[in-house]
Amino acid sequence: MEKKNNFPLGGVIPKGGTAHDYSTGGWRKLRPVVDKDKCTNCLICWVMCPDSAVITEDGKMVGFDLEHCKGCGICAVECPDKVKAIKMEQEAE
Amino acid sequence: MAITMTKGQVGLTGNSAVAYAMKQINPDVCAAYPITPSTAIIEDFSGYVADGAVETELITVESEHSAMSACIGASAAGARVMTATSSQGLALMWEMLYIASGMRLPIVLANVNRALSAPINIHCDHSDSMGARDAGWIQIYSETVQEAYDNMFQAVRIAENSNVLLPVMVCFDGFITSHAIENISLVDDAEVKDFVGEYNPATMLLNTDNPVTYGAMTLPDTYIEFKHQQSQAMSRSKDIALEAGKEFGKRFGREYGLFDSYRLEDAEVAIVIMNSAAGTTKVAVDELRKQGKKVGVLRPRLFRPFPFREIANALKGIKAIAILDRVDSMNDFGGPLFNEVRSALYDLETRPKVFGRIYGLGGRDYKVKDALGVFDELYKVVETGKIDTLTKYITL
Repeated sequence: MEKKNNFPLGGVIPKGGTAHDYSTGGWRKLRPVVDKDKCTNCLICWVMCPDSAVITEDGKMVGFDLEHCKGCGICAVECPDKVKAIKMEQEAE
Repeated sequence: MAITMTKGQVGLTGNSAVAYAMKQINPDVCAAYPITPSTAIIEDFSGYVADGAVETELITVESEHSAMSACIGASAAGARVMTATSSQGLALMWEMLYIASGMRLPIVLANVNRALSAPINIHCDHSDSMGARDAGWIQIYSETVQEAYDNMFQAVRIAENSNVLLPVMVCFDGFITSHAIENISLVDDAEVKDFVGEYNPATMLLNTDNPVTYGAMTLPDTYIEFKHQQSQAMSRSKDIALEAGKEFGKRFGREYGLFDSYRLEDAEVAIVIMNSAAGTTKVAVDELRKQGKKVGVLRPRLFRPFPFREIANALKGIKAIAILDRVDSMNDFGGPLFNEVRSALYDLETRPKVFGRIYGLGGRDYKVKDALGVFDELYKVVETGKIDTLTKYITL
């Protein structure tokens, strides 16, 4: 927020993409870890991730954006049974 | 309902008149759920939608909570939005009412005043809208079918004013006003369009060229600033409402103020009362005036924001005032109108004697004799200089 007297009416955020600037990774209890030897780059994890925290390059899954990943584990569940390349590990470990 | 006019006058119920006003305004979206006694508004309006007389998207929902939620979504998307409800319906909207006002969405809601359960009752009192008085909505109260109809246009203009941007509730009495037929004058369609203007919101969800977020979270570092903005807008809306009432008068010959004063100029005693019961009280005033008694009525129209300076100014010099509420705050200290008007009078140099009476709950008749009884009490207070009972129920 810039000036206090210049707040947008009704709490409207007047531009797009601002969620990127807000780190939500600090809430995470479980961290996704990918085994790239098993991963087939099917990108189901990328489709299913509710926080758009799966990073891709040239159509390949390359890892996780841990600034935004909340550790929900959807990627690990959705990773196909034959592959199971993603595991959730305790942050504390 | 087919509208046929004789000499520019048309006989309509309050609900039909408000539905016709909505047809003339032609909002983009209307999301509503039927509830007595406001059902006929949406019933009539859905007829206009089915006939293609309006371009409105009518969203039929499964509850009033959903109705207001859909209104909020549509309004954030950039639409002009209207709805109608009563009683438990308004109560079920409660949570969303605050979101509509906090997000500064200029939704217009017609509230047909009805008692709240329990015991269940479908008839008129003001406990529904008075319960929502702190929800951040502008509230306009209407005495007659004509005024309910006229207020709908003013509501759109006030709500969408760029200095306001707040939702507006137009209130009128269930059955007494909503179902009684009155002869009223209609405004021409083209003149309605001109009076309400086009709605061009500064930001909207559906503008993909300029994406925005509605409903974001704010924490202690920002929340109070947004509430302060909202409070200032509410404060500014008083003048905008006054302006809308004046402009309406200039164009259509029926001018509206913040409140309606009836034979108040030289009055010794007065009753402050809202909505249809003010008409009954005016009849009592006329009778007493014939006997040479100086009595008058003040009928607040704009209850939110509460024009306390103007009301105090209009009541100064009066010896005794009775404030009549068609709702009980259940606080052992009278109704909301009593409390606010009495508080408004505090700064007068010579304070009038003031008492509060609660009348007509759940549709109990308030008759001319009831008003005469209150005027009797007022004269007793003037004679003795003492108030025996500060607040109590009448029409029991």
